[in-house]
Amino acid sequence: MEELVNLFHGFAVALQPFNIMVMILGIVLGVIIGVLPGLGGANGVAILLPLTFSMPPTSAIIMLSCIYWGALFGGAITSILFNIPGEPWSVATTFDGYPMAQKGKAGEALTAAFTSSFVGALFAVVMITLVAPLVASFALRFGPAEKFAVYFLAFCSFVGLSKEPPFKTIAAMMIGFALAAVGLDSITGQLRLTFGSTELLNGFDFLIAVIGLFGIGEILLTMEEGLAFRGGKAKIDLRVVLQTWKEMPKYWVTSLRSCLIGCWMGVTPAGATPASFMSYGIAKRVSKNGKNFGKGEIEGVVAPETAAHAAGTAALLPMLSLGVPGSPTAAVLLGGLLIWGLQPGPMLFVEQKEFVWGLIASMYLGNLVGLIVVLTCVPIFAAILRVPFSIIAPLILVLCAIGAYSVHSSTFDVVLMLVFGVVGYLLKKCNYPLAPLVLAIVLGDKAEEAFRQSLLGSQGSLGVFFSNSLVGTIMVLGLIALFWSAIQEGYSRLRPHSVA
Amino acid sequence: MKHSVLHTALAAIAIFGAGNMSASAAWEPVRPVEFIVPAGTGGGADQMARTIQGIVTKHSLMKQPMVVINKSGGAGGEGFLDVKGSGNNPHKIIITLSNLFTTPLATGIPFNWKDMTPVAMLALDEFVLWVNAEKPYTTVKDYVAAVKQAPAGGMKMGGTGSKQEDQIITVALEKAIGTKFTYIPYKGGGEVAVQLVGNHVDSTVNNPIEAVAQWRGGKLRPLCVFDGKQMTYDEVVADGKGWKDIPTCKSQGLDIEYLMLRGIFMSPKATKDQVEYYVELFKKVRATPEWQDFMKSGAFNTTFLTGAEYAKWVETEEKRHEALMKEAGFLAAP
Repeated sequence: MEELVNLFHGFAVALQPFNIMVMILGIVLGVIIGVLPGLGGANGVAILLPLTFSMPPTSAIIMLSCIYWGALFGGAITSILFNIPGEPWSVATTFDGYPMAQKGKAGEALTAAFTSSFVGALFAVVMITLVAPLVASFALRFGPAEKFAVYFLAFCSFVGLSKEPPFKTIAAMMIGFALAAVGLDSITGQLRLTFGSTELLNGFDFLIAVIGLFGIGEILLTMEEGLAFRGGKAKIDLRVVLQTWKEMPKYWVTSLRSCLIGCWMGVTPAGATPASFMSYGIAKRVSKNGKNFGKGEIEGVVAPETAAHAAGTAALLPMLSLGVPGSPTAAVLLGGLLIWGLQPGPMLFVEQKEFVWGLIASMYLGNLVGLIVVLTCVPIFAAILRVPFSIIAPLILVLCAIGAYSVHSSTFDVVLMLVFGVVGYLLKKCNYPLAPLVLAIVLGDKAEEAFRQSLLGSQGSLGVFFSNSLVGTIMVLGLIALFWSAIQEGYSRLRPHSVA
Repeated sequence: MKHSVLHTALAAIAIFGAGNMSASAAWEPVRPVEFIVPAGTGGGADQMARTIQGIVTKHSLMKQPMVVINKSGGAGGEGFLDVKGSGNNPHKIIITLSNLFTTPLATGIPFNWKDMTPVAMLALDEFVLWVNAEKPYTTVKDYVAAVKQAPAGGMKMGGTGSKQEDQIITVALEKAIGTKFTYIPYKGGGEVAVQLVGNHVDSTVNNPIEAVAQWRGGKLRPLCVFDGKQMTYDEVVADGKGWKDIPTCKSQGLDIEYLMLRGIFMSPKATKDQVEYYVELFKKVRATPEWQDFMKSGAFNTTFLTGAEYAKWVETEEKRHEALMKEAGFLAAP
């Protein structure tokens, strides 16, 4: 009850005219940041952080968190229209979003993506409002072994998803792991696979790989097919929003499951990217339409977007209550809190009520404002596809190059992006799936780190992954997901016998 | 003909430029200044750099903007090599942490602090020995007794990074106590503190700013500070205790002192005027109330050094790190 009273105080704070102004400004900036591949929410917030230094802390965090929401919304736009994920967590959105756009259903895909984002975020905020302290203590139970189990589950829920032969999936994944291993080994402090080159000190950044593999690779493929851009028939009408909304309640199960996955991943904190992959993978397994995933199924957009947004929102909870950021953007926001003289941690909820509840209220309002802003722009975004490819392709190329450069302000990365583009084209031509490769680059080094930290702690015993009920359960779930198709096959083989 | 015109033009520019330089008394940036952070976003060095950027912007201390850029690759090696290769570009400064010494020693990348020009030491960051507040030991003596009782490697020490400051202190602790810890490296200091709250490790040597929130929340307990003298901040933090009430480790029988440099360097061929400009800039930053609040929130040691004194301090520290790391077996294979 006290929470509700606090929340209404929070709304009063967030609804001050100045705060509403910064909220809208933040959302618009965030969408732009999200659309530009490579810039990313974390970089965007970091760049704008000093500007908020002279604002009151509550307005400052409202503006920065709205940039974050905006970026979460914006990341989906380029994924769906051009197959270029603006943000890491929108990679999984490309799997079905882009095929939908190619079928002329870009408006539907965008509406579904934005609406699911909103649903996911709303679910996570309600959770933060009601059970914040409980969730915070759950997050404390996650040590290295538990974290590894979560990554393991993310990988397993993705193995065998592809229509390609398993060996091709494994080969692609292994290339991803190898690329993820380049750079500094954080456990021993040694450089690995850099061959004395200073450019490789940083390893292969996931964003550069993705921009190249997906964005440039896609442009090369389209060029080969005679510069025909297949999204031309896209309807540009606001009615498309209402039609899609009518269709969406059908997927409430997927939606709810994705919300739960997202909240869990955001709190633990594994982040929005594994959440979106895991949610897509599980939806494909469980859904009736599973076999159509990848061909432009609306459910394949709903699942990753809901989970990514739920995770992105839930990631703020461990930041506020424990001082541990659940995502790179949350890490930058954490720095902001300290600069404004607020100490995140268990006492923040007690000592800085106005700030905390103002922020939580702004999550409700910010997401609502964001949804309205992006939905009204759906026809404009969809109309971009009507521009002839010969005009839009150079623009995309420039956008990709700027994106790749802005990740580390390095021209080497732009070259690297082009190399990845050619690799992406070749892999696609040879029917190697790109998703496992990307997944391995994103989570490979984190999974390795958690694995080795666990083994350091257990003095080398693998038993640590089954040492308590929490980690054991997650590992078993992972193993079930890994052998799911085998189990299914076995089950269907057994069934005729039992009937007969 | 064309050439001579060009030459005359160049000469004119050169003369004009030189005249301009001598006319204005001091050097000032004419382009945006890049402020390199050789670490990731959200860490201690990053927070400090962004605080400085905010102070400079808010108080209009510079005519040109200051841009913070993270170059964290290879434990910060990427950032250091960038400044090393920047020649006489005076629009590039870098904030350092102990990886100024540890990264080249542990990874063997071709870099030494002498490849840059020292500007100023802004502050020193303290290290405190922390345990979970649920644990029975309330003094260093109890803790040491518990560590000695556990089998070698049975106690887990969490820290930031590998072969960096936290692990160096851990090795020094092992030597002082006469046992072995299992050292578990994590990516960031905040994560380390939370792992201690969750009892996934047994102790840490977090910086004050990384663990203060958990101390105030009653989850962690400070045992001693790795400094020659006690901290001076007397504001109460938790249980009626403040930073100044934490005893030094030395007074508790652990003869270890370790402070981390938070200092500024710039391009190798910077002129005296240019260094002087930044020294003055940081003096102004230090005078602002925001900076003082920041120092207090992180319980920093506010020693400020410039010029030869600063260079000498860095040189002594470099030797010390080399000795410590050699002893621990952390040096890169030649």
